[in-house]
Amino acid sequence: MRGEVSFRSKSLSDYQLKMMFIMPTIILLIVMNIFPLLWSLVLSFSDYSAINSQAPDFIGTKNYIRIFSQKATWSYFVTTAYFVVLAVAAQFIIGFGLALLLNREFQGKGLITTLMLIPMMLSPVVVGLFWRFILDSSWGLFNYLLSLGPAVLHKITAALHFPSGIVSWFKDAASNARGIIWLTRPKAALFSLVIIDTWMWSPFMMLLSLAGLSAIPKYLYEAAEIDRASTWFKFRHITFPLVAPLLLIALLFRTMDAFKLFDLVYIATAGGPGSATETVSMNLYRRAFQDYNTGESCALAYILLIFIIALSNIYIKYLNKAKGNA
Amino acid sequence: MKRSLKIYIPLFVCLMALLIVIGCAKKETTLTLVWAEWDPANFLVELAKDFTEETGIKVVVDPIPWGQFETKVFTAFAAKSDTYDIVIGDSQWLGRGAEGGHYVELTEWMKTTGLDKSMSPKALKYLGEYPKESGKYYAVPAETDCNGFAYRRDLFEDPKEMEDFKEKYGYDLAVPETYTQMKNIAEFFHRPDAEPPLYGIAMWLGKDYDAITMGFQQVMWSFGGSYGDPKTYKVDGILNSDEGVKALEFYVDLAKFTPPGSENYYWNECLTAFQQGKVSMAMDFFAFFPGLLAEDKSPYADSTGFFAAPGQVGEDGEFRRYISMGGQGMSISSYSKNKEAAKQFINWFCKPKNQLKWAKLGGLAASSQVLESEEFLKMNPFNPAFVESLKYVRDFWAVPEYAELLQRCQTNWNAAVTGQMTAKEAMDKLAKEHEEIFRNAGYYDK
Repeated sequence: MRGEVSFRSKSLSDYQLKMMFIMPTIILLIVMNIFPLLWSLVLSFSDYSAINSQAPDFIGTKNYIRIFSQKATWSYFVTTAYFVVLAVAAQFIIGFGLALLLNREFQGKGLITTLMLIPMMLSPVVVGLFWRFILDSSWGLFNYLLSLGPAVLHKITAALHFPSGIVSWFKDAASNARGIIWLTRPKAALFSLVIIDTWMWSPFMMLLSLAGLSAIPKYLYEAAEIDRASTWFKFRHITFPLVAPLLLIALLFRTMDAFKLFDLVYIATAGGPGSATETVSMNLYRRAFQDYNTGESCALAYILLIFIIALSNIYIKYLNKAKGNA
Repeated sequence: MKRSLKIYIPLFVCLMALLIVIGCAKKETTLTLVWAEWDPANFLVELAKDFTEETGIKVVVDPIPWGQFETKVFTAFAAKSDTYDIVIGDSQWLGRGAEGGHYVELTEWMKTTGLDKSMSPKALKYLGEYPKESGKYYAVPAETDCNGFAYRRDLFEDPKEMEDFKEKYGYDLAVPETYTQMKNIAEFFHRPDAEPPLYGIAMWLGKDYDAITMGFQQVMWSFGGSYGDPKTYKVDGILNSDEGVKALEFYVDLAKFTPPGSENYYWNECLTAFQQGKVSMAMDFFAFFPGLLAEDKSPYADSTGFFAAPGQVGEDGEFRRYISMGGQGMSISSYSKNKEAAKQFINWFCKPKNQLKWAKLGGLAASSQVLESEEFLKMNPFNPAFVESLKYVRDFWAVPEYAELLQRCQTNWNAAVTGQMTAKEAMDKLAKEHEEIFRNAGYYDK
């Protein structure tokens, strides 16, 4: 007993021990997260360029006013919103659909699931680079694949002596498919980014959906079977409500991520043609690291942060509601 | 206790001896150069071996991919990092480098060494001088480059093509001397329905970095347009003048004879399009032309010719010819701890015998003596066109705000070639945006 007392008196108290474990993390958080966050808030109210040797000059809300008064800023938000809505919706539909297909026992299920997850494991820069080649209108694989069907049908119809109108229609269709310009036409460019992002992130949606689907107790379906419930009824009243909280989490992650989209745009279109694919994050990068308007870029970053927090709160509200219902 | 002393004392003595030896050892100087990741950086690694042999100073070249080059260098400057001793940066960086205090002023040193006289005046002006016409230098030309054109001699010299061309346009098919002729040639060879398809021209239209700006500005200057008044920084009414608008209309028209999807073309895409035989002419920097002469890369290597960018007769009847400056100059970082060694290297690099070695490796020299030599002219089939081009070079704004100005050019001109706005709308919008940048930077308060 005496020995134990003397040990305690010489060594650390429980509180000190706790602090010893916590402090490195707290210090790291303060240095790497909290201080930069607060400092960038200060800079957002300053005229400051990281490249100049001048100290930040406090200018109040001028940076925010300048950003909001630029018409272009709003167009970047609209572009980003279009992208977020289209990409997240496509990823949700494809990802959840794939999860429903994979949520059953069949041979090679593990292998197929693993293969489907590969796109989300790749670096966005790599994905952007190879999709840039795939979507190239001169030598890209995408147009070639699109033209393959009409080209084969053209050959078949020509060999079988179909009416010349049908034969030439397939020929034209193949030729048109080969000439689709994806990345350098204003409307097609944003759509191309949606395709790339959907290819990359639908597996993520699929993974979370699959986790949710496999967690649904089997007895619920058995009970529904006994009651002779239809497939739609089972989906509507069992599957969807029980998987909804996880789906909302997946949607939350993807929305936040899609709102910050930068790397794919940077590599695939550089915000072009013109400013057709200039997302807010891409513009933020330009202001921060090309124009070196550090103060202004910090202000835009805070505006973006507020948008993302607001959007996340909407999701979280629905998530809590869905949890309550489930 | 005694036993532990027996162990610790010899150990302590050994440690001290080691520290003394390390401390007394002669510190080896290593120069770190930062440059974009491209062939000339590899040539410099080769050339620098001779410098190390002569002086004992090691030279390390840090190549950075083009996309990250500018950001990485200026982030290092922002942190006042001594990582880089010599920065081989774009000519547009001069203002930002000089005004920000990141580049060492080299004026007096260049006068002492005679470098201000031995280098090509145009190359020195656009790659080293800031502000222009001030006589102050912050860089010495490293890779002197400019915009040029490659063309398919097998097409241009084909008797049938020559005959058809003459019949259609009324003059001989030859290397174009004006942009109007260039457009005729591009139109003549534009055969998208041929199998395989052939397109008139590959040119810089992309939004990446400075692609369309480098391609279009020389057309704008040749048509009589200008970025603005370099003394007052007034832009509105100058950039969007009739000449400027007509030049952009012309560039948009010329772009109709490019391969589909070429609205994102820059040097690499133009090079590839020419190597694949897709186009009859291709715009590119001279530094990339060795890629067109490599038989393993281009089946047209034997029949590739080169010419300097043409000019244009303006509505006032005056013939103007200007060519976009490319290339980079060597600047010494203010945060370097090896400034003297850096100067020694730059001086060594600029010596005519080393400039000639540089050219033989594949680099483009700036030494007047080398540029004027027969040996240089015969070294590569594109060297005569390069030397010719250097007479007409001009450059973009080299002010600290260049990146913002450049970005607006890229966005608006790319929007014009992709049909999102007319040439007039693009030039008017650009003029307003440029004036706003200058106004915010306080240029009109001075």
